[in-house]
Order: sequence, then structure tokens, then C-alpha cells
Amino acid sequence: MKILVCISNVPDTTSKINFTEGDTKFDTNGVQFVINPNDEFGLTRAMWFKEKQGAAVHVATVGGPQTEPTIRKALAIGADEAIRINAEPTDGFFVARQLAEVIKNGGYDLVIAGRESIDYNGGMVPGMVATLLDMNFVNTCIGLEIDGSNATALREIDGGKETISTELPLVIGGQKGLVEESDLRIPNMRGIMMARKKVLNVVEPVDAPKPTQDQKFEKPAAKGPVKLVDADNVGELVDLLHNEAKAI
Amino acid sequence: MPVLVYTESDKGKFKKNAFEVASYAHKVAQELGDTVTAVTINANEDDILGTYGVSKILKISNDQLDTFNAKAYANALTQAAEAEGAKVIIVSSSADTKFLAPILATKLNGGYVPNVVAAPESTSPFVVKRTAFSNKGFAHTEISSEVKVIGVSNNAFGMVENNVSASVEDFSPALGDADFTTKSVDVDKVVGKATIADADIVVSGGRGLKGPENWGMVEELAEILGAATACSKPVSDLGWRPHGEHVGQTGKPVASNLYIAIGISGAIQHLAGVSASKTKVVINNDPEAPFFKAADYGIVGDAFEVVPKLIEKLKEFKAQNA
Repeated sequence: MKILVCISNVPDTTSKINFTEGDTKFDTNGVQFVINPNDEFGLTRAMWFKEKQGAAVHVATVGGPQTEPTIRKALAIGADEAIRINAEPTDGFFVARQLAEVIKNGGYDLVIAGRESIDYNGGMVPGMVATLLDMNFVNTCIGLEIDGSNATALREIDGGKETISTELPLVIGGQKGLVEESDLRIPNMRGIMMARKKVLNVVEPVDAPKPTQDQKFEKPAAKGPVKLVDADNVGELVDLLHNEAKAI
Repeated sequence: MPVLVYTESDKGKFKKNAFEVASYAHKVAQELGDTVTAVTINANEDDILGTYGVSKILKISNDQLDTFNAKAYANALTQAAEAEGAKVIIVSSSADTKFLAPILATKLNGGYVPNVVAAPESTSPFVVKRTAFSNKGFAHTEISSEVKVIGVSNNAFGMVENNVSASVEDFSPALGDADFTTKSVDVDKVVGKATIADADIVVSGGRGLKGPENWGMVEELAEILGAATACSKPVSDLGWRPHGEHVGQTGKPVASNLYIAIGISGAIQHLAGVSASKTKVVINNDPEAPFFKAADYGIVGDAFEVVPKLIEKLKEFKAQNA
């Protein structure tokens, strides 16, 4: 089985978000970039398939040279080979077209991406890749087993979960649940040393349209101060929620 | 050319978000000087959509679609869009719709923008405001493709009544085996309880509650309010509550009218995930907890004393306002 894990290079979840160049760009100043958490759950599940079922695991990202430390981290965690498509990932469809090209040329059976990246939250790349290549697709995936060419996936739905039976080739939009938080791996020194010698292919993008463009960003409006209610006067909170906030 | 809207139903009954997206579609149609056509799948009482400005309904009745299937639903919607010649398609932000929308957009060669929180700022160029960076920011995004698929955030635009009389037409999309290559074999869903995605009120507990055995009062509070229960990331990581209840940046987003956080200090990731809620209440014994900076109302106090009192007061309130 040949697996491709698609990785987004995103600001760490603790990052303060600021914008620059007249609010047209995300301000990367002082920001630590990491593997998108939803992708990291998928990468860790892929490592399980590698170790238990002998799968080959490659990772791919669409991004400039600045994303290479994040890709090397994925290699240090245990991916065998990496591909960087040398383009800025500013539109979901454009990114999907780039990944589809890599998947088609690489003959992957299973593609694992995150449900969404935690920066632009598009949540569209896995579904678009699957549609472009006519592969099966399961989104918000929280469990995955592969047996030969058969796949059983658990999907989170509003208010519960659903078990889905399908076949390879398959694209997964994954999230926490594919593995647990405690299963995530911190690369060890040996992994980091080995990652330096692993193949990282840089390929140029194919022509593809960008149907959406972010023109401008803004931060949420500053919030007014909290209204404190005395712990001995809880009735006042009920009153405020009913009469002022109109929330109950 | 009409604006097309996919109005979701569950076991025949429209979801609340169906009326929100219909209202949004009506607003867009007004801007464009068009009408609204809705697509329904195995829904009952379709004409109620007229209340929210829908003038035509393409009614799909197909047993094969009783269980949600993203590919088949997307194919059915694609055929409806093509039949109507629709260039603007409005959908919701439910888990099912976020599953099908990228498939739909790709089939129609359209640009897709999810998490939209307001009516378009302009329709030429077509620009919408959406959340980004997990609610830590907003983006103003232009959609330049001819076909545009817009995913409206839950509880953002609201329901707006615009009474028109709606005509209902049966629509039978051509679906084949190729549309059903993923099969639902089991659905394990809580019934009769509000879900985080749909609830008007969400009551959430954090590590301050000390252990899973103390969730009784959270559930009681939720029951009185008709609320969904949720939890912080550490609580789900510790296994005190199921993963499906984890709200925050890497969990579920919350966009309720009222969010009550009990014993949650308010890590930046948690605050991002719940920031779309309209009114936020925090109950915490630490006055320095970051959540107090993000909340509208707060009580500094021991949750084990405050919450039972709140339950009591809410019972009195409900009795008076029944």
C-alpha cells in the first residue's frame, strides 16, 4: 500500500494572529510554524500502517522553501519520502489540483489529509482531490482500518458517528480520533538525523485556476469588559441573560 | 438565473440551518435581481420554505438518499444547479454539507468559500466575509469563478422571513452505482438531545470540574436549558468525556446563542473555537482565568456551589416563564 499524507504548514495553535501589508497578508513575524494538527493525526495513523502493514508513506505539501522545516519534521517522524510543490497555497482548488497531479503520477492507494487547516479553515482540499481523481472520500474521519483493498472508516457526524465501508483508492479528511493525542510522536535524534538524508523532491506547480482570492483580513472587534455577577447573587445572571442578552 | 440553495433536512424535517441558508439565498437573490430555488431531499412540508423567500422548490424523493451520502447528494445538487442554470449556490456549514460542498464545487468548476458570516459585501466583484484562523480573524474573499458555492456559518446570518408562495416541482436526478461507492453501514447518533452543531445553548465543562463523576450538574443545567453538553480539550484527552464533545480549535467549533463555560480557564485555542457564540458566560474560581477577558458575563466562584444555585434559579425562571 502506498500512502500520501498531505501536510499544511500552519501557525502553532497558540499563535497570536496579526495581519500586515495593509491587512492583506498574515503576519508571520515571531510565529512558530508546525504540521497542521489535523494532518499530524493522519500522519501518525499512516505510521501505524507503515509499521503494521508495510505501507510506504510519502508526504506532500504545497508551499515555498520556508515550509521545509515542517516537511523535515514529518520525515523525522517516519515518512519515507517528501514532495514539495513550489507554490503559495492561496486557494483550495489550486492546492487540490497540485496534489491531484502528484497523486496521479505517484500511484497512491490512500491519501490522508486533514479535515481542514487551522489557518485558512477551507476544509475543501481532500474533497476536491477525491473528485478530481474519482477516488472514494470520507471526511471528518476519526478511525480507519484497511484490509487489502477494503477500507472501514469511522466518521464524526453532528451528534454522533457513522461507520462507512468503502474501497481503495481512498481520500481521507482526518482529525483527532484517527489516533489519540497521546499517540502523537515527537521526533527523536535518530529520526532527525535520518530525515536529513531522506528524499525531498521539489516540483514546480501545474497551471491551475484560483477561483478565490483573500483580498483583506481583519481581527475580531475588541470585546467590552466582562460583567461580573456576585457568586451569592446567581439570580442576577439569570435576569441578565433573559432581559439584557436575550439568550434565554 | 435563480440562486440555488440546498435546504437540509433530517428524517424529513428541515434543520434550523435550512431556514438560515434560505434567508441568506433570498438576500443574495435580491442583490442580483433573481429568485431563489431550493433543493430538498426527502423532506416533508416543503412549502414552508416560502416563508424564507424561496419561490421554487426542486423536490427530490429517492429512497437511496435516505441515508446521507456525500457523493450522491453532491451529484444530485450538481444536476439541480445545471437544470436551473444557477451560478450562485448557497449551502450550510453542517458536517454533512461541509463533506459534500467541495465535491459539488469541483463538479461545477466553481469556487467554494465556507464559514461565511455576512451577506456579500458586493456582487461585482463577488466578495464575502468569512472567518479564518479558527475565528481569530476574518477574511474578505473574492470569488472570481462563474459558479460560486457559498457555505454560510451556523447562526451567523439568522432567519429572515420574506413570505412568497413557493411552487414545488418533483426533480429526479440520475444516480447510478458509481455514486454509492462509500456505504454507510452503521449510524450511532444520540437522539432526542441537542447537538453542539445545532443547539442554541451549549454548556461546557473543563478540568476545574475535577473528574467525570462531577458531570451530573453540567448535564442537569444543560437539560433545563435544552442545551448541548461540551467540554474542553484536556477533558476529552483525559477521557472524562467523549471526543465528540471537545470544542475548540482542533475540536468542534461552537456558534451558539449562549455558551456557558464551567471550570474552563480559556486557553487561546478554546477561546478561538467558541468565539462565534453570541453570549458567553464563564464560571471559574480563578479571577485571573483568561476566559474572563473573552466572556460577556462572569461569576468568580466555586463551580460546585455556583452551578447548583444557577440550576435552582433557572428552574424558578422556567416555572415563571412557562
